[in-house]
Amino acid sequence: MADVGANMSSIKIRTKRLNGKTQIRTLITHPMENGRNRDEQNNFIPAHHIQELWVEHNKIKIISCNMAGSISKNPYFDFLLKAGEIGDTVTISWIDNLGQSDTKNHIIK
Amino acid sequence: MIKSRRQFITKTLALGAYGITITTGILHSPIVAAKWLKQRFILSDYDETIAHLFNGETLIDNHNKIKISRLPNVAENGAIVPIKISSQFKNITKIYILVKNNPHPLSAEFEISPAVEAEVSARLKMAKTSEVVVIVEADGKFYRRFKKVKVSIGGCGG
Repeated sequence: MADVGANMSSIKIRTKRLNGKTQIRTLITHPMENGRNRDEQNNFIPAHHIQELWVEHNKIKIISCNMAGSISKNPYFDFLLKAGEIGDTVTISWIDNLGQSDTKNHIIK
Repeated sequence: MIKSRRQFITKTLALGAYGITITTGILHSPIVAAKWLKQRFILSDYDETIAHLFNGETLIDNHNKIKISRLPNVAENGAIVPIKISSQFKNITKIYILVKNNPHPLSAEFEISPAVEAEVSARLKMAKTSEVVVIVEADGKFYRRFKKVKVSIGGCGG
């Protein structure tokens, strides 16, 4: 089992302010196994994928995403906030089908 | 012993994160996140998935206020297929991404608050050539748009 987020956060967040709006880009390290792939011994690799991901802006939840194993390995998402100021906090969290989870804060610069 | 300890830890983590979800949801949030519902993600037939998700609601097809970009006409690698969805509809609450010919068509559902522009990007896995279907819910109505993607090497294993 991958030791997700043991030393380094599995979540990378980048923000960019664009004409008063804020672009949020995130890249998450996660195998996103859908349970249909096989290993070298031809056994099925058990499903291991993120189920829920959510984004908070200053502790207010603004985006919630439910997903299947058909989202690519190491998922990438980007979103566009209508506002966002320097110093605001963006928090991204996820939980997977094995109950593992991670969360990360990011300050808009 | 180890097994039960591991189970205990996993369960505690799961419950903890779920608890956080609920609390932030009630105290602050303009959106109440829909829980991950297994049923809709394990259906293997596209029409069944649509029937299950929208319960007979009318889906308005090919509305030009939904724009699908970044999605290639031909995907060399079905394991990473980028998609960007944007829409001029106001009051969008939900965006669904489905891949018609995948073993399980529903890929992702996004719920967004009014603080967020209707603009979302993601990367999908596609098992084979298929139509990608985007459904947007705005003001209680559902709008659907299709785009066909030819896949050279499938990305869903099996």
